[in-house]
Formats: sequence, C-alpha cells, structure tokens
Amino acid sequence: MIRDITIGQYYPTNSKLHRLDPRVKLSGTFLFIISLFLFKSFYGYIAVTLFLFTVIKLSKVPFRFIVKGLKAVIVLLLFTVIFNLFLTPGDPIFSLGFLKISMEGLRSASFMGIRLTYLILGSSLMTFTTTPNQLTDGLENLLWPLRHIKVPVHEISMMMSIALRFIPILLEETDKIMKAQMARGADFESGGIIKRAKSLIPLLVPLFVSAFRRANDLAMAMEARCYRGGEGRTKMKPLKYKSKDYIGYLVLLLYLATVIAVGILEKIGVL
Amino acid sequence: MQIIFDNINYVYSGGTAFERHAIRDISFSIEKGEFIGLIGHTGSGKSTLIQHMNGLIKATSGHIYFNGEDIYEPKYKLRDLRSKVGLVFQYPEHQLFETTVFKDVMFGPTNLGLDKLEAELRAYEALKMVGIGDDLLEASPFELSGGQKRRVAIAGVLAMKPEVLILDEPTAGLDPKGRDDILEQINKLHQDSNITIILVTHSMEDVANYADRLFVMNQGELVMNHTTKEVFSRYKDLEKMQLAAPQVTYVMNALKDKGFAVPTDATTVTEAKNAILKLFNSPYRGK
Repeated sequence: MIRDITIGQYYPTNSKLHRLDPRVKLSGTFLFIISLFLFKSFYGYIAVTLFLFTVIKLSKVPFRFIVKGLKAVIVLLLFTVIFNLFLTPGDPIFSLGFLKISMEGLRSASFMGIRLTYLILGSSLMTFTTTPNQLTDGLENLLWPLRHIKVPVHEISMMMSIALRFIPILLEETDKIMKAQMARGADFESGGIIKRAKSLIPLLVPLFVSAFRRANDLAMAMEARCYRGGEGRTKMKPLKYKSKDYIGYLVLLLYLATVIAVGILEKIGVL
Repeated sequence: MQIIFDNINYVYSGGTAFERHAIRDISFSIEKGEFIGLIGHTGSGKSTLIQHMNGLIKATSGHIYFNGEDIYEPKYKLRDLRSKVGLVFQYPEHQLFETTVFKDVMFGPTNLGLDKLEAELRAYEALKMVGIGDDLLEASPFELSGGQKRRVAIAGVLAMKPEVLILDEPTAGLDPKGRDDILEQINKLHQDSNITIILVTHSMEDVANYADRLFVMNQGELVMNHTTKEVFSRYKDLEKMQLAAPQVTYVMNALKDKGFAVPTDATTVTEAKNAILKLFNSPYRGK
C-alpha cells in the first residue's frame, strides 16, 4: 500500500540518460526549470514539450510510472489552476454568480498547470534516472567551490544522502509495523478524523523508536570506520566527464538557446 | 480442514521494473491442531506466504479457505480472520508502543471489541502463558530485556485467543536459554489448548523437536510437504536449497557409514541417544 509512492524513487533501466554524469543531469534539471519561465507564447511550450518528451523517451522509464508520481501533488496542482482560472482579471467569457472566467484566466490557468506539471515531471525524471548516491556526489561536486565561503558542502551532501537512504528504509518499516498492528486488530482506515489520528499512535511510536535506533546504529557504524567529515576524504569512484557528458551539455545549451530565442522573439513581437 | 491454499500466486509490483514473483502455485491444507514447520532459504517466500494466511496480503491469483469459507469473498470479514489467525512477525518487539507491558498486551483484545474486564483478563492470562511475572506488568516495554520484550509481543497476539498461531522466526537473535524458553512455551500452548501452530524458522533442530509436518520452500515454490522425518531423510536435496538436516541426522549417517547398524531417521538428540544405546546393549553390537 505504502510502496506505491513513486516520487523521488530510482527506476533502473540502464538507458543513455542513466549513464550520464549526475552533474549533467543536475544542471540540466536546473536549467530546465528556469527555461519553463523564460517565455510566454505557445511556441515556447512546443519547444519545452518536445524536449521533455524526448528526454522521457530516452530514459526508458515507463510513462505510466512517471505520471504516477504526479498523484502526490495533484491537490497543489488543482489549487493553482483553480485560483488562476477564477482570479485573473479580464473580460469574462463565462460567469456564474460571483465566479467569473476570463480568456486571460483560462490562458494563465492552463499554462500554469502545464508549467507546474512539467516542473514536477522534469525533476522526478532526474531522481528516476540517478541513484541517490550519484545525486549527492554530483551535488557535492557542483557546490564544491562554495566551501571557500564557509559552506559545509560535504556535510550537507552527506546529510542529504543519509536522508535519501532512509526514505525507503522507513517506508518499509512503516509497512511492517502497520501490518503487525493490523494483525493485532488495529484499524487504520475507518472512523472519524480523531479516531483515525488516535489509531496512528501504535504506528508512530514504534516508528520513531526504530528511526532513532537505526540512526544510532548508523552513527556507530560510521564512527567504527573512522568517519570524521570531508577533510582529506577521497572517493572510490570520482566523477569524471566523458565525451557523452559533453554532448549532454551541448544539447542542454542548444535547448536553452532555443527557449531564450523564443523569448526574445516574443519581446520584439515577431511571434 | 482448517486452512486450504489453492494455487496461490503473488507478484510484487506487477508491471514495473521491480516486478518479482514472490510465491508460485502454492497449494496445501492444514488440519486443526497440527504443528507445522516452515523452512526455506532467505528470500524463498516464507514471510510472504504466511502474510496470506491472515489476509494481510491478497494473492494475485488463487483461493484461500479458512474453516471452509473463501476469505476473498467480498462479504468475508478480514478482521474476524485476523482475530482467529494470530501472526507474530519477525522481531515482534519492534511493534511495542504502549506505556506499560499490560496495556500493550491489551491492545489486541481491545481491538476485538471486548469490554475492559475481559480484555484485562485475557492480557493477564497471555502474559502468564509466556512467563512474564506480575512485577513486570506495570513496567515500560522499552525497559525490558530482548527476550522479555519478545515474550510480551507474543503475548500481545496470544491475548486475542487465536485458533491458529503463526510465528515468523520467534527465536531470531535470542540467547540459547531465551530460545528454549519460548519454544517450550509454544509447544506447551500447542499441547494444552490444541491450537494450530505454524513455525517459520532457520533452525532445523527447532522444527525437528516440535513439528509434525514440514513445508519446505525454495524460490517461491513449495517443494516439500511431508512429515518431519521424511523431509530430513532427503537431506541431500535440502542441501541443494542451502538448507540442511539437524546435526544428529548427520551423526547417525556417519555412524552408519562406519558400519554401525543404527537407524538414520533420527532427527532429535533424544531419539539418536536411544537408538545408539539400544545398539550398544544389543548382543549383536553392529554389523
């Protein structure tokens, strides 16, 4: 039941995208998110859609699986769309009492909806194709220059990788405890909101206890291997750019240039 | 027949890259009052199988009958099933949550909708059965030792008075004394109240001592379903599945190879001892 959450999960398919250097994918995701807000016209959406779906195709992750991740944020998405739909001023094309829908509202609601959806799809595609370890490695590497201004880069990335590693462990643990309590007649599904909240106690208490126990064990294991932070620490598999990664960057730049060009053409009124 | 499995299959995460066929075409039946041992290598599907028995996992295909009723019928109440089939998970002490031992054991009976007095009575009985003394009733479950915690958790299931008790490696991580205590108590429970026991374990000695019948699982399939003696007589097959027979069976086989006329079907130390003594006292002395 709880295993159905797909957002932030890794999906192994060994595609071209999976083998790309994590730094390319990180900067790619970052650029992609920025690019979503650089244009206003319909042509921009064509460019972005083409790019996103080509990348999804390349990743070989089933489309159904990617879309499943959207379920978790559907409420947020609906809120944004509805607010944009009703609260954008302009000529009403449809009205029901105090609710008015304008052409501008329709336009901005649908565009906002698409932007947000693409934003989530784009960033979840990164986690689908990159293992948590690669991800934090890449992040540490990209942020490395910041250590000159006293940012604890290694510590941040270590915390991130531990947090990411604990997600599946705790999900599994939740599943296990839930089942164990259900075997003792616990009911997590029926009843009013207070009864339901109360029924979570038999789940949350053991979960907290086990989270602390695991954190303690991990700290012990790290100390036993003489871990003492990032200073002078080397990597078993240091990140190295290969030619396919440079191609990746090139494609990204081309994509960004296209979107910016669309934006400029909009400004000067060609599109 | 109390429990019948009819061609049960279960597939994890069907249709994605994580798909795994956990158990395949499992069919068997269990009579009331039997003591079944379930053995198999890690990842052979034992835990998945037992979670089907009280409806925590729904099979991808197949039917399960409990006391003659199909548990997948829409009208069937799974909560009733769970009160009749008690399942003690691996490391059950991780599910303790209440402020006192007594309250924690009362959780199950209270969920059954029993009144407070009855729930307290059952909790008290269950704690007595697993040998937890009066002095620990008001202690916090988190203060107890590992073995005590385990017994409290088992009491939590026993307090629901199940007709079938399933235990998933109840002795994992315990010291030899704690292990023997728990197994003795389970066996006593089986003999006194005639409840069906299904014991999942990695210890061949444990099942040899207590189980009437053994289920052997390998890679999601039920490969053997015979009496304990029969299964252990095929120890060569067991070894191929990274399992083994009890140590004494090997001792008896080695003696036989050396030319002593001992029976090789002994699976417990007592049996082996008696067989060897009988041989030494007999006038033939071997050959």
